[in-house]
Amino acid sequence: MSASLPLAVSLPLLGALATTLAPRRARTLGLIAALASSAVVAWLVVAVWTQGALRVDLGGWSAPLGIGLEAGGANTLLLAMTALVALAISVHAGDYFRDRIQLGHFWPLWLLLWAALNALLLAADLFNIYVGLELLGLAGAALAALGGSRAALSASLRYLLVGLLGSMTYLLGVALIYTAYGQLDLGLLATQLTAGAAEATALALLTLGLAFKAALFPLHFWLPPTHANAPAPVSAALSALVGKVAAWLILLLWLGPFATVTAPAGATLLGLLGACGVVWGSWRALRAERLKLLAAHSTVAQIGYLFIFVPLLQGLAPGSERTTLIGALLLMALTHGFAKAAFFLAAGQVQQHAGHDRISDLGGTAQRLPATTFTLGLAGVALIGLPPSGSFIGKWLLLEAAIAQGQWWWIAPLLAGTLLAAAYVFRVLARAFNLEPTPQRFVNQGRAELPGLVLAVIAVVGLGLAAGGLWGLLEAVEVER
Amino acid sequence: MSSALDTLLPMLIVCSSLVPGAVIFLVREDSHLLRTTLNMAGALTKLVLVGVMIWGVYHEHDYESRINLAPGLDLVFAADALSVLFVTLSTVLWLVTTIYAIGYLERTPNRSRFFGFFSLCVSATVGIALAGNLLTFVICYEILTLATYPLVAHRGTPEATRGARIYLYYTLSGGALLLLGAVWLQTLAGPLDFVQGGILGALPTALHGQFQVIFVLLLAGLGVKAALVPLHGWLPQSMVAPAPVSALLHAVAVVKAGAFGIVRVVYDVYGVGLSASLGLLGLLGLLASITIVYGSLRALVQDGLKARLAYSTVSQVSYIALGTSIFGPIATVGGLVHLVHQGIMKITLFFCAGNYAETLGVHRVSQMDGVGRRMPWTTLAFSAGALGMIGIPPLAGFVSKWYLGLGAIDGGAGWVLVVLAASGLLNAAYFLPILYRAWFRAPPEQWPQEHISRRRLETRAALLWPPLVTAALCVLAGLLAAAPFSPLEWAELIARREYDR
Amino acid sequence: MIPLQALYGSAGVVLFVLGLWSFLVHAPLLRKLIAINIMGSGVFHLLIAIAERGTEPPDPVPHALVLTGIVVAVSATALALVFSRRLEDAGGPPEDEC
Repeated sequence: MSASLPLAVSLPLLGALATTLAPRRARTLGLIAALASSAVVAWLVVAVWTQGALRVDLGGWSAPLGIGLEAGGANTLLLAMTALVALAISVHAGDYFRDRIQLGHFWPLWLLLWAALNALLLAADLFNIYVGLELLGLAGAALAALGGSRAALSASLRYLLVGLLGSMTYLLGVALIYTAYGQLDLGLLATQLTAGAAEATALALLTLGLAFKAALFPLHFWLPPTHANAPAPVSAALSALVGKVAAWLILLLWLGPFATVTAPAGATLLGLLGACGVVWGSWRALRAERLKLLAAHSTVAQIGYLFIFVPLLQGLAPGSERTTLIGALLLMALTHGFAKAAFFLAAGQVQQHAGHDRISDLGGTAQRLPATTFTLGLAGVALIGLPPSGSFIGKWLLLEAAIAQGQWWWIAPLLAGTLLAAAYVFRVLARAFNLEPTPQRFVNQGRAELPGLVLAVIAVVGLGLAAGGLWGLLEAVEVER
Repeated sequence: MSSALDTLLPMLIVCSSLVPGAVIFLVREDSHLLRTTLNMAGALTKLVLVGVMIWGVYHEHDYESRINLAPGLDLVFAADALSVLFVTLSTVLWLVTTIYAIGYLERTPNRSRFFGFFSLCVSATVGIALAGNLLTFVICYEILTLATYPLVAHRGTPEATRGARIYLYYTLSGGALLLLGAVWLQTLAGPLDFVQGGILGALPTALHGQFQVIFVLLLAGLGVKAALVPLHGWLPQSMVAPAPVSALLHAVAVVKAGAFGIVRVVYDVYGVGLSASLGLLGLLGLLASITIVYGSLRALVQDGLKARLAYSTVSQVSYIALGTSIFGPIATVGGLVHLVHQGIMKITLFFCAGNYAETLGVHRVSQMDGVGRRMPWTTLAFSAGALGMIGIPPLAGFVSKWYLGLGAIDGGAGWVLVVLAASGLLNAAYFLPILYRAWFRAPPEQWPQEHISRRRLETRAALLWPPLVTAALCVLAGLLAAAPFSPLEWAELIARREYDR
Repeated sequence: MIPLQALYGSAGVVLFVLGLWSFLVHAPLLRKLIAINIMGSGVFHLLIAIAERGTEPPDPVPHALVLTGIVVAVSATALALVFSRRLEDAGGPPEDEC
């Protein structure tokens, strides 16, 4: 069972290697690798569900000398989301990239990115996270540049440099921790870390480094141009997965090993930055003139929501209340992952059909592609946080916690973000109602349209009505420990 | 009856329109027959299931479907006497409106999209009716907003998208307040299952201040859909929608969802006793009275037929809130029975307005001279609805007003009689001139735009039968008010269960 | 021994800060890239200083970290250079960036 952990990282990596060696067969090989990687993750989820948390020490070397991979409740869920979204992107990309050379470049990089994502989610020590981050940054920047336009190249270069800046900051934090404790394993650190100036500085550096990658306000400036200019399947991966994983790592550090180091003031600061991100990102999305730019700004806002959980979770003793709130946090993250990927895939479809993605001129295209417009609508529902989507339940629980803990000021950004999101989503959807001729069919290009639609349905219906299982998994792992 | 049915029936009733709705989106635009079959199959299945439920609830049978969404959050669909009242209304009127809509939208674009959202809209309404706790109510309430938006925007003209946008602004802002109120209340009181007599009465009095604030939040959220002044601005704007949508919005789905929510919150969350002692009923009564008079006054000056009906809705729906705001079983009966009566009367009026527009191109009151001679059956149905609205015995509206008046005296709220009298006079003042024009003025040489020429029937059969059926229901609901299973009898059953605990 | 370690370590921190300053202040991409590399060298210095903690032989883990870090830094620099080259070929960065 525990063999599935290293396989989850090495299978996409092998796929990347294979598609590099045989670029002519890239599409077939890539799809096989995608399917195999998803299957391994499915196996992993089953294993965690039945046996509780899993840990593997690579090469038989245990911490502090060796490096380990760990699958608990939360990261297994994120891993599963990543696999489903990545599978959908893989299917969609086969149709999106018409150019053979582009396709040959896409597959190895994309599988490399996937391997990095899995490695980061499973990583159990600080340095492994550094390596994963660098891999993620390199693969992500190269993918974002695939479009080849000047805007895309320039945005990717900036993305790469900001990513490197983040990694260096992060690495400095790692060095500080190693100076003080002589080890980097998260599990061991959790038992040893005490509050102190060196630890606080290290946490600040680690957080800052990751915040660049997660596009936490005000370090989000690089995100909109990068995500808006990349090819749509790449934007989907960057927005739905890459930023999410970096944000998750910050939350992991704050709520896990470094919990003893954190202070309410620091947690409130993170929450405040998140809240600013929610309002600012939503506002910029509302002002955006292009569909993909709108989606990119909306990602800044959606990442922000996750950080509002920090001040509410900091200082909350382990127990059912904490598990509930962590579940809500994950539910928001998962819903956004599915919804944003769906939104970008649909936006790419619109862009390919219309030849542009200016929102004001999208009417006819939106009318001609009912399934794609429907995907945009469903994903939009999840982005706004309207029922029955998973983010509605997440927001409900977040509001409930804010009121119950007397931190009622978080209500304001939540409601503002929700209403602004409604405004920017419906600004797009309103274009679908016009006097253009009626299409005959709902689905016009199955391979291109269906992956996004499936993701959107998962975000709205699946996570909304069947989210109970999420807490089941969290509690199952909790009991095992 | 098996227990599996008890736990499945409410869910099945919701799904009986949800599943056909989802499938209709996939239906090819030109597969008219398949779409109609799906629609009718859904509507008839729902009718049968609701019939079973009426029988069961009357015999004090418990139906409850429950899904756990998250720790402490359950999606609950359950049946009590109040939900059955609303479910029955929506199911019957949905069937009628579906037939009407099939006739009305013949050969127009985007029908798969329309009927898909139409079914979703009804599913949400039924979900609201069957909601067993406040969370479920909020979920269905928001889904209703989402499902009606495409219907309002359906025509795709700039006016339609504008009306839809205004509709959305109002309802989503209201939804946010409702969400906030519901979450806040849940942190104080735990899961908010609807229980007859309310659940807040047992909590410490120290929380009463917060309860008052929360009630205002909830009322603001629900008042948007119930079109309480000053939150009614969206309703006349959304008149741009096709006639079946207006009919559904005004008679069953949207405004009723708001009014029904107010009833639920007062009776089954706060409890009518607690609401009265916190002074909340007074606030509700005041708002309702202002809305009744204001709506009627605005209706008086509208020349557009649908606009006049829209303001009439603003006014008439608040009778339900008014009945709720008076402490006492008789007024409760008046308010609840009006939930049904206003529905069947107003849907009749909107069907007729749609017929005039679709058949003759008549959109304004000033164009209605002599339509009674060209379209006698439609005008007859219109007259039944209008006279019912005014409150002429023995039509349905009379029964509501009679009980509201009796209840007001019984509850010691004599001033309500003034509101009722004023409103009755104003209703007469804006409906009777229409009837006079229609029946007694001479028809013009030529109608504005005669789309459908007169053959055996005055218009298409699918357009003619629905208003005739609902008009007959208006008459029957008044004449047979004392018969078993009439809306009045059912409302009395609910009031008995609420007050005689 | 200790002063040497402190000297090495603080030199690393100074390098990091210098690199950061340079990154933030200078607009040209090549300078930013060099600045990043200087920051990296700073961190590597610090790690090497940590390895020397008075035990014989020195702690091997930081050495391994530095080696990995250098490999990563070299590949990242290479990729950034390729981007700059492509961008130059395409006519330089666009004027109006969203």
